Amino acid sequence: MQKRLANWGNYPAIASEETTFTQEDQLRAYVSNHQELIARGNGRCYGDASLGKHSISMLRYDKILQFDTEKGILETQSGVTLDQILDIIVPKGWFLPITPGTKFITVGGAVASDVHGKNHHVDGAFSNHILDMDVIIGDGSTVTCAPDQNPDLFWATCGGMGLTGVVTRVKFDLKKIETAYIKQTQIKAKNLEDVIRLFEEYKHYTYSMAWIDCLKTGDAFGRSILIVGEHATPEELSAKQKKAPLTLPAKRKLTVPFNLPSFILNTLTVKIFNWLYYNKNLKREINNVVPYEPFFYPLDAILHWNRGYGKAGFVQYQFVLPLEHKDGLVKILQRISDKGWGSFLAVLKVFGDQDSLISFPMEGYTLALDFPVRKGLFAFLDELDEIVLEYGGRLYLSKDARMKKEVFWKSYPNAEKFAAIVKQYNHNNTFTSLQSERLALTK
Amino acid sequence: MPSVLILGAGSDMAMAIAREYASDKFDIQLAARSADALIPLQQDLQIRYNVKATVHAFDAGAFDTHAAFFASLPVIPDITICVFGYLGDQEKAQHDWAEASRIINTNYTGAVSILNVVAEAYAQRGSGLIAGISSVAGERGRMSNYIYGSAKAGFTAYLSGLRNRLFHAGVHVISVQPGFVNTRMTQHLTLPPLLTAQPEAVAKAVFKGISKKKNVIYVKWHWKYIMLIIKNIPEGIFKKLKL
Repeated sequence: MQKRLANWGNYPAIASEETTFTQEDQLRAYVSNHQELIARGNGRCYGDASLGKHSISMLRYDKILQFDTEKGILETQSGVTLDQILDIIVPKGWFLPITPGTKFITVGGAVASDVHGKNHHVDGAFSNHILDMDVIIGDGSTVTCAPDQNPDLFWATCGGMGLTGVVTRVKFDLKKIETAYIKQTQIKAKNLEDVIRLFEEYKHYTYSMAWIDCLKTGDAFGRSILIVGEHATPEELSAKQKKAPLTLPAKRKLTVPFNLPSFILNTLTVKIFNWLYYNKNLKREINNVVPYEPFFYPLDAILHWNRGYGKAGFVQYQFVLPLEHKDGLVKILQRISDKGWGSFLAVLKVFGDQDSLISFPMEGYTLALDFPVRKGLFAFLDELDEIVLEYGGRLYLSKDARMKKEVFWKSYPNAEKFAAIVKQYNHNNTFTSLQSERLALTK
Repeated sequence: MPSVLILGAGSDMAMAIAREYASDKFDIQLAARSADALIPLQQDLQIRYNVKATVHAFDAGAFDTHAAFFASLPVIPDITICVFGYLGDQEKAQHDWAEASRIINTNYTGAVSILNVVAEAYAQRGSGLIAGISSVAGERGRMSNYIYGSAKAGFTAYLSGLRNRLFHAGVHVISVQPGFVNTRMTQHLTLPPLLTAQPEAVAKAVFKGISKKKNVIYVKWHWKYIMLIIKNIPEGIFKKLKL
């Protein structure tokens, strides 16, 4: 069916011919008879990665195939979303090894973006937890791959944005938990120096990230709230929570029912929001036990929050800079605060080391923030890209909707090697997306 | 555990119905031409809902196998839901008998053949519930899909007669009249979003309709009134329209 599709940023939007399937042979037949295809999960990447002339909706290919509750191993078809998985595994005492900031993504999307979470510095990215997976490649055949089986296909598929083929089945390991709660600590940091010091001080925590105010200048430049956490033990729960340690209290969901007018988000309102957010914590340090949902997925509580940015949509800008280039981070943050275009809820995190082919994370600082699409934005982001390049960093393809191809090829050290593997499996450019064409990865 | 048999379990709609019943702790019997293709769904139901799910080979077009198929089920199901259907290609069916007969045999003859068997068992036992997924396409023949529509019309009439007969035997029959449903069967069509239901919505409506022992349900409800209008257009005018 011809559909207007856009991902989470609502930019760009295109007309696409969407196909759906429930059986693998239906998909194999489709792939071998069509070109210019791209797999699409729940559309939660922000930019143009899963947009193409023909899109394959994976959402009906959503069966849980195996759940080993002893060893903590889950095998699923790739269209199942993480929120469905959590509903199944948490009551049995297991958790996702890696989860991004939303649970509304598919397993296939987690592979294609090689997602990371607040525990990257301890547990790596999603690819580090995959035991094996199936990919339908360009000629329509299914190839099983793992770190020790067709490793070139495996590593080019993890973080490969769907360009090697369609991920159909994934087997991955889970993390043992005793409760569905997180023991969290929030620490206010006066400025950037302070938060970077705190990241170092709290690096033994499994989960850590910081909310950072990108609009503040002067002494409070980069003021933040560092949030760290561990899965809570039963002893740490309240009497009420102890009664059902693996069950979360039911919560109502809010929604943004329509696109808000874009004038609502301006420098003043964002400054007010940031002030409120920073000052809601009266004490420097707060310790409490919270359900896993608000800890990992604070924004999932508001369905369609992306509509808050209006009809024009927004771009999420996420980059990583090597650990030794704190000065680059300062420089970019300065540009952002001078410009005053940034949104609330910018997120700062320190990544650990990761050995990968084309995945985004590398040891260093990563910052993510939203920019509503407006005149002059892309020119401004091009300037930021130059700084990212200068300091040896790169941008997250899952968020990207506008990077120039030169930036990609210069910033991803294995780009050539990746492109060569893609060519090998993606016969005659069967798989192409708006992003792969923009970055000259296909055709 | 109560149990439900789903005939034509490979479709998006059937999968959604299976999940709806499994979440209410029914044991599920899945039947489709290829039992192997149903194994992922079987696993899924067992893991997600902790119910018993079994898979069974069933070919709607192989009429003479239907009695043996029903006899081979692990238990006589409390509820039988007939979901299978084949939209086919109207233009092709106009001159290609193979296509036309496939449409008729799947949507009408096959359904009658298996439900006759089920009805007999339920009538003998004096209990049971049968649901048939027909279509609003069966309410008036239109040039764009009258072969499918006439087969569904036959099925709708069959269900209504069966309901009449089995009422006296303590067995309930429900006819489900979906309008457009967003499934693989209709993915090549451009459907109006407001009138198009998701398979999950159909599943919920079927579940609710069966629990409340409704006779005929429309999904979405607009269709009841749309069809009322369509059925009341005088034939002299109707034949001139291009529907």
